[in-house]
Amino acid sequence: MMTLNWYLALSAVLFTIGTLGVLIRKNAIVLFMSVELMLNAVNLTLIAFSAHLGDSTGQILVFFSLCVAAAEAVVGLAIIIAIFRNNLMVDISKINLLRW
Amino acid sequence: MAEYLFILLATIAIGAALAMIVSKNAVNSALFLVMNMISLAGVYMLLNAQYLAVIQVLVYAGAIMVLFLFVIMLLNQEDEQGLFDKISFKYLFSALLSFVLLAQVVYMIMHWTGATMTIAQTSSEIGTVESLGKVIFTEYLLPFEVTGILLTAAVVGALVIANKKANSSK
Repeated sequence: MMTLNWYLALSAVLFTIGTLGVLIRKNAIVLFMSVELMLNAVNLTLIAFSAHLGDSTGQILVFFSLCVAAAEAVVGLAIIIAIFRNNLMVDISKINLLRW
Repeated sequence: MAEYLFILLATIAIGAALAMIVSKNAVNSALFLVMNMISLAGVYMLLNAQYLAVIQVLVYAGAIMVLFLFVIMLLNQEDEQGLFDKISFKYLFSALLSFVLLAQVVYMIMHWTGATMTIAQTSSEIGTVESLGKVIFTEYLLPFEVTGILLTAAVVGALVIANKKANSSK
């Protein structure tokens, strides 16, 4: 019998993998993809609650979060292109202009 | 039947996510993320969210990941060298932090007493395009319009940031 816990556990594992990706990777694009993975994990939680409570509000929220994720990906990739144009690399451990 | 399907899809999703964060080549990472998103769309189908499953494949696996692949190929960077060549303190600390996070979330899930409920009887009716469209265009009409403004602002902002002339002036 499939209960809500299964979906929440899958979501927790995916969110943790996304966090691990953000922590260990140095390539800015892969780091961005890990953030997208975390967003997806949260979307799964919202849809699971929506389906189990019989309420459509969670799915509406996922719809809006998809739109925000698309906007975030576009602006973030534009920032990465701008960084690459100035530094010729996207290794975030070597981009330390704002560090004192 | 649904249990086996869920276990299959969850295994693919977790395996693809792990492969994404350890593969050296960024293109491979992007393709593993596409695989992860498609299997998550299958999980959405199990939850009777047909509309969001289709949107997940179209918008995420289609549009956003094509954008990622374009940027990866535009930047034309080499593979990341020596991701796991030496086990440094940083990797161990990252793994420890992630494990603590997972333990916290799983603890929360297991100690929430309402978590044993099963899928609602009406769930097959709320996930369709018809019912979601009705709610979006009546109750959530203002947020929907604001989303349009947000996407327009994002497109204009991306053009301004990635524009060559804006950077060459200094």
